[in-house]
Amino acid sequence: MKRGLVVTVATAAVAAAPFVASTYHVLLMLPFMAYGVILLGLNLLFGYTGLVSFGHALFVAIGAYTGAFLTTHGKVRSLEVILVAAASFGTLVAVPVAALCVRYVKIYFGMLTLAFGMVFYTFVLKFYRLTGGDEGTPFLRPSLLGQSLDAMPKVDYLAGPYYYYSLAVLGLAALCMWRIVHSPFGLCLKTIRDNPAKAETLGIGVTRYRFYAFVISAIYAAVGGALLGPPTGNVDPTLAYWTHSGNLVFMTLLGGFASFFGPVVGAFVFIYLQNWVMSIVPYWRLIFGAMLAVIVIFAPEGLMGLVTRRRPAPTSWP
Amino acid sequence: MILQANGLRKFYGEFCALDGVSLGVDAGEFVSIIGPNGAGKSTLINILTGITRPSAGTVRYKDREVGGIGPVRLARLGMARSFQLVQIFPDLTVLETLQAAVVARLGRGTRLFASLAGDHEVQEGALEVAELFGLGDQRHMPARHLPQGDKKLLDVASAFALKPEIILLDEPTSGVSTADKTAIMETLVAASKRIGLRAIIQVEHDMDIVFAYSDRIIALHQGKVLADAAPAAILSDQRVIDAVIGRRARAS
Repeated sequence: MKRGLVVTVATAAVAAAPFVASTYHVLLMLPFMAYGVILLGLNLLFGYTGLVSFGHALFVAIGAYTGAFLTTHGKVRSLEVILVAAASFGTLVAVPVAALCVRYVKIYFGMLTLAFGMVFYTFVLKFYRLTGGDEGTPFLRPSLLGQSLDAMPKVDYLAGPYYYYSLAVLGLAALCMWRIVHSPFGLCLKTIRDNPAKAETLGIGVTRYRFYAFVISAIYAAVGGALLGPPTGNVDPTLAYWTHSGNLVFMTLLGGFASFFGPVVGAFVFIYLQNWVMSIVPYWRLIFGAMLAVIVIFAPEGLMGLVTRRRPAPTSWP
Repeated sequence: MILQANGLRKFYGEFCALDGVSLGVDAGEFVSIIGPNGAGKSTLINILTGITRPSAGTVRYKDREVGGIGPVRLARLGMARSFQLVQIFPDLTVLETLQAAVVARLGRGTRLFASLAGDHEVQEGALEVAELFGLGDQRHMPARHLPQGDKKLLDVASAFALKPEIILLDEPTSGVSTADKTAIMETLVAASKRIGLRAIIQVEHDMDIVFAYSDRIIALHQGKVLADAAPAAILSDQRVIDAVIGRRARAS
């Protein structure tokens, strides 16, 4: 009940932001909402299945490049079509990658995902004619719900219709993920995270469930990646670079992978903190590196862990 | 015969852990496997439960060859097991642990958007097993907070929640106090009757437990079957007493 109230208030605050916050801060919310979608998916793999991917930027980039290609070369401008195409192409790539990666766990899984991410990064960087190389590919302004909004000034478009569209996608993605983690499937993933050997003796096919979790998380990453394109109007290879994958893991750790909304909170804090630190010091990575060390040592359950830890421990279970 | 093993051999490099072991288990039997450390008990149970593939020999369960098919497929065929070292899901509650077993039994694990809380069959099935094993009052407690004896009970209860036809228990009372051992065994036997279990195979070191509950005892020594007989016959077998049970244990 209390959680429902907090979510309602937070959603209302985000919905009210374009009316009360400066345009600058409203535009900062756009990557937050895109990363919110990405991290909800990543945490299905990380927090619920116990697999840490260091190559998930691969799927973010696939989503973003799918949108860029469709708007630039495919003459497709509908964001609904772009999101479906991003999810489909993300699935297409995720199926063989997942089939190979989920056979491994721990550092081997992490390194394998990193390797696939770097292969794709090199592909988009070197195949200049196809991808624009390091200059990237333009992501033309998409239409929303069949409405072409080309005549609208860019800032008005982003801070208005596109803002609420992103919020709706984030809300829908959160709702779907909530159902997934509270379903029989979600329970099976938690058993695999806690004790895969025991899960197998109960008849839960560990590799098969890891595969499903990987593909679902890749779909979320691709959809979130497609949402990252319109605000910048251009997608480039840094989206697929391993440091981007590292940032995704950082955001998840920052918010707390043990909590459903932890990664979303992590995305919000990361984006605003990065923006603030970058505005005052040039060596923001140094600050963020130190922060990551502090979080891992003193708050391994992230910001959400700090909040929930304050609650008095129950003396008995009902 | 529900379970039949013939001529099982298992080599680890040049070391022979099992050397031509054959055994059968009938419906209604409680069979104990005993033997000193290194006799091949764990290797045998791992082969019977499909985790380890035998180097030679066959394992047939319900007229199907199951050697090395893996625990997932065996669980679906109706064979469950518990482990010597307690295996739990530390962050899941007692009820969630049992729900996972019921979900797996009903084949509902791939239901992505179904509500677990709204699945009455899963909820009631898990609660029934929790009550059966005396874990009802602790159903919302995370498994990691349970006392050691209850962790062991939960491990066994989750295997029972699969409603198997046959269950293999690897030292079901190891690591628990003497006082808890009989309680665990009584609970286990009562639960097996309630769910209609057809056979139990246990590996056990505690001879009091073995002789109190077994219909038949299989004594292993150096990878071979030393004896396969009723408890009374085992007690009068000098080879088993010398190699496995010991004179002092027999006297007690």
